[in-house]
Amino acid sequence: MSSAPELNVLKPADYASDQDVRWCPGCGDYSILAQMKKVCAKLGMDRSKTVFVSGIGCSSRFPYYMNTYGFHTIHGRAPTIATGLKLARPDLTVWMVTGDGDALSIGGNHFIHILRRNVDVKILLFNNRIYGLTKGQYSPTSEVGKKTKSTPMGSPDNPIRPISLAIAAEATFAARAIDIDIKHLEYVLERAAKHVGTAFVEIYQNCNIFNDGAFDFATDKQSKADTTLYLEHGKPLIFGKNREKGIRLHGMNPEVVSTAEVKADDLLIHDERTSDPSLAFLLSRMRYPDSPEPLGVFRDVEQPCYGDLVAQQIADAKAREGEGEIQKLITGPDTWTVT
Amino acid sequence: MISTVAEQGVGDGSAAIKPRRVVPDVTVRFAGDSGDGMQLAGTQFTDTSALVGNDISTLPDFPAEIRAPAGTLAGVSGFQIHFSSSDIFTPGDAVDALVAMNPAALKTNVRSVKAGGIVIVNDDSFGANDLKKAGYASSPLEDDSLARWRVIRVPIDKLNQAAVKDSGLTAKQMDRCKNFFALGMCYWLYDRPLEPTLDYIVQKFGKKLPAVAAANAATLKAGYHFGETAELLGEQYRVEKAKLAPGVYRKITGNEAVVIGMAAAARLAGKELFYASYPITPASPILEGVADLKEFGAVSFQAEDEICAIGAAIGAAFGGALAATGTSGPGVALKSEAIGLAVMTELPLVVVDVQRGGPSTGLPTKTEQADLLQVMFGRNGECPVPVIAPASPSDCFAATVEAFRVATRYMTPVMLLSDGYIANGSEPWLVPDFAAMERMTITHPTTANDGEEFLPYLRNTDGSRPWAIPGTPGLEHRIGGLEKEDVTGSVSYDPANHQRMVRLRAAKVAGIEPAGAAYLWTGPQSGELLLLGWGGTFGAIKAAALELAKQGVAVSACHVRYLNPLPADLGDILKRFAKVLVPELNMGQLRLLVRGKYLVDARGLNKVQGQPFTIGEIVEGAAAFLRGEIASESRIVSTELPTAQTVLSSEG
Repeated sequence: MSSAPELNVLKPADYASDQDVRWCPGCGDYSILAQMKKVCAKLGMDRSKTVFVSGIGCSSRFPYYMNTYGFHTIHGRAPTIATGLKLARPDLTVWMVTGDGDALSIGGNHFIHILRRNVDVKILLFNNRIYGLTKGQYSPTSEVGKKTKSTPMGSPDNPIRPISLAIAAEATFAARAIDIDIKHLEYVLERAAKHVGTAFVEIYQNCNIFNDGAFDFATDKQSKADTTLYLEHGKPLIFGKNREKGIRLHGMNPEVVSTAEVKADDLLIHDERTSDPSLAFLLSRMRYPDSPEPLGVFRDVEQPCYGDLVAQQIADAKAREGEGEIQKLITGPDTWTVT
Repeated sequence: MISTVAEQGVGDGSAAIKPRRVVPDVTVRFAGDSGDGMQLAGTQFTDTSALVGNDISTLPDFPAEIRAPAGTLAGVSGFQIHFSSSDIFTPGDAVDALVAMNPAALKTNVRSVKAGGIVIVNDDSFGANDLKKAGYASSPLEDDSLARWRVIRVPIDKLNQAAVKDSGLTAKQMDRCKNFFALGMCYWLYDRPLEPTLDYIVQKFGKKLPAVAAANAATLKAGYHFGETAELLGEQYRVEKAKLAPGVYRKITGNEAVVIGMAAAARLAGKELFYASYPITPASPILEGVADLKEFGAVSFQAEDEICAIGAAIGAAFGGALAATGTSGPGVALKSEAIGLAVMTELPLVVVDVQRGGPSTGLPTKTEQADLLQVMFGRNGECPVPVIAPASPSDCFAATVEAFRVATRYMTPVMLLSDGYIANGSEPWLVPDFAAMERMTITHPTTANDGEEFLPYLRNTDGSRPWAIPGTPGLEHRIGGLEKEDVTGSVSYDPANHQRMVRLRAAKVAGIEPAGAAYLWTGPQSGELLLLGWGGTFGAIKAAALELAKQGVAVSACHVRYLNPLPADLGDILKRFAKVLVPELNMGQLRLLVRGKYLVDARGLNKVQGQPFTIGEIVEGAAAFLRGEIASESRIVSTELPTAQTVLSSEG
């Protein structure tokens, strides 16, 4: 045995911790956990160098179920802990798991700042458009008029569109996937893993207890071809069961046209790598039922990471001034001697 | 006490010889508009006094507004410096010489000047409009309202303009040099050399702004020569070198000492410093200071808010860095939940609270000690955190290093409780030898601690858990804010386990051995009166104890540095004194703790005016207490004008 080289290939199951998973049966979180473990195995992620950081909420129990390092923090603050960890330990791979309430309500400020800094952290936002762990109050992504226990006559406030907010906050990577579309989810998670910088993934996640069916429009076999649109870099925006519909720009507005009548060249061509965020933002505004909802990678651009810039400043200071001498610092430039 | 010595002046020989008196100590205050450069003049006077070998203590006192309307009472900025030929502990109870650049500065500061003290006023700034803005109905220079003082009227604007007229600067730029004219006068008055400030001017402006440098140097010299030649200033004073312990000294403020202490702690631990903070008065200079330590590998992170600052520090600590965050009282309030997370996850972290006047936004630029109970108890749940309070600006260095020693040894957040007075105030510091400092032994486990298994909450004899950091193969584990199962660290809602964990966390903190002096002592081991204090009041309390002892009172002072846990022998100490008085810049927070814990009838001497204690206030309060005049639990320091009796005169 000892002569054989150890095949250190990990399977998805090797990324599972010994803890019992305590989400409700039928919860969309199970699928996300499964696809995450698959991606970890596929990319051969080093368990000891991977950290999952989360906030509070159902989604944020995620780290307990991964056999990596993990930190289940406090409500809304996961971006802050992830930022400090990544700055102190650039060698680690840091993932953050959050929810619509955690990231967009109590933690809204930290969410925009981790994105604008482009800290090299992968953020998974499980969007179920409801507060699950506190038993069913409306969330900042709930639709207007949402009737819940805290809004018996319907919620009066406009929902946040997470990808619009992420792009406004200078996100260098923004994508959307659906919990039960497992192949596509796996693809998006892999793309996020490979992005250098903050990668933001919104995952439509069904809460079958408090908001069941919130994403039926996008998962129903009969309708999903007409209500969703899979983005592919460099390709025209085409959807429909028989790819019979496309998106064309009419001025500043996307309009649905027939591919029989409009040539592919005249359709809107997806470009996830353009530095101008306008196209990605425009796509983030497309909402069911007015238009199909785009899925996939909206934006993937290269920008310097915050941590690299911080490290570079330290390297530059050391190159310019040499390694700091602590006694010199303590003594300071101006002294006098008492004899 | 006062000798008169006739000596040759230091000028070019043409000046008349003026008498020079040797005095033991002097307190000078510069006061003007917040844009007048009073903080700079005061800092320069301090640096020069330190370099000539005086003991020093300073009190910058500035408004919260950067530029309040010019000439108004709200816009007055002051800088007080006490310099001496013997040990001093405070910035001085009363002022020997006040420089008032305008009527508002005169009005707000003159009552601090001793009877017979010098008041130099800028005669050019007493026009009708200036007087009106300061709320004077008529010029105080023209009536007898200033009769108690030696008022010296100097046309500073005109003399400054004459000194810099060939500089090529604009009229506004020229006017901004006048603080150095006033500084030059004071240098002459107290026989200080000009060279340190001339060197500073060259360093600050020399290359980039040679005209500004030349103008400032010219007006500094003009102010000095004005003192030498004008009849207004009749005599010169000299304060000899202080007889401090031999060694190399520097001047240091509390905030500077925290920064240097953090850098030293990181080096002692063989780790890199991670400091995250959100700008807040009076703690911002710590962030700026760490930002300037990049060649030491220190990471400074300006967070988007107070919560992010502590969150980032906790994340860095989880990663194995020597992590800290700093703020003032309002920021501590925002960080409270995260401090609880650090308590629950048992991660090492230093939280600096540079206290200011509260509640709410309160008095941002003024000092107070009213956060003690907040840092002790201001969190949800049973959430004990060690608390260390430095006693003086230079003590901030040792206290900071100690805070990291305690945090890493016991795996706990530690509160370092500074205040605006010691953070901005300065004093001489006998420079410590880094090589002689004890190294910090920190180990991160690399192997399982229980057979094949790694148990993240298996405690050592100190009660602390292992600091296993990400990147260590085989020790993968998860932590978080949910209650932990004893030993394994798994999530647990078991009733018995929760009670056990609450008690284990409390026992760990209660059992902390101080990493430095638990308290500072002045006087005999027992007696009639104990003055019990903590934090930045050290200098005033110690000086008051020495003064009372001189008057024949059997008094001692115990200054607590470790407020949680309190010193092991504090209960015994309290029993050795007939009476205990607790002077605090709050309404009695240590008093509440001491009465509750030791069932002792400690009385309070309390002041919440945004200003430090004067020595006289404590002497008077103690005397009143001994006369039986503190019948209730505490005496509040009066806000009445100081009377002739309460002003301690150095001429007395």
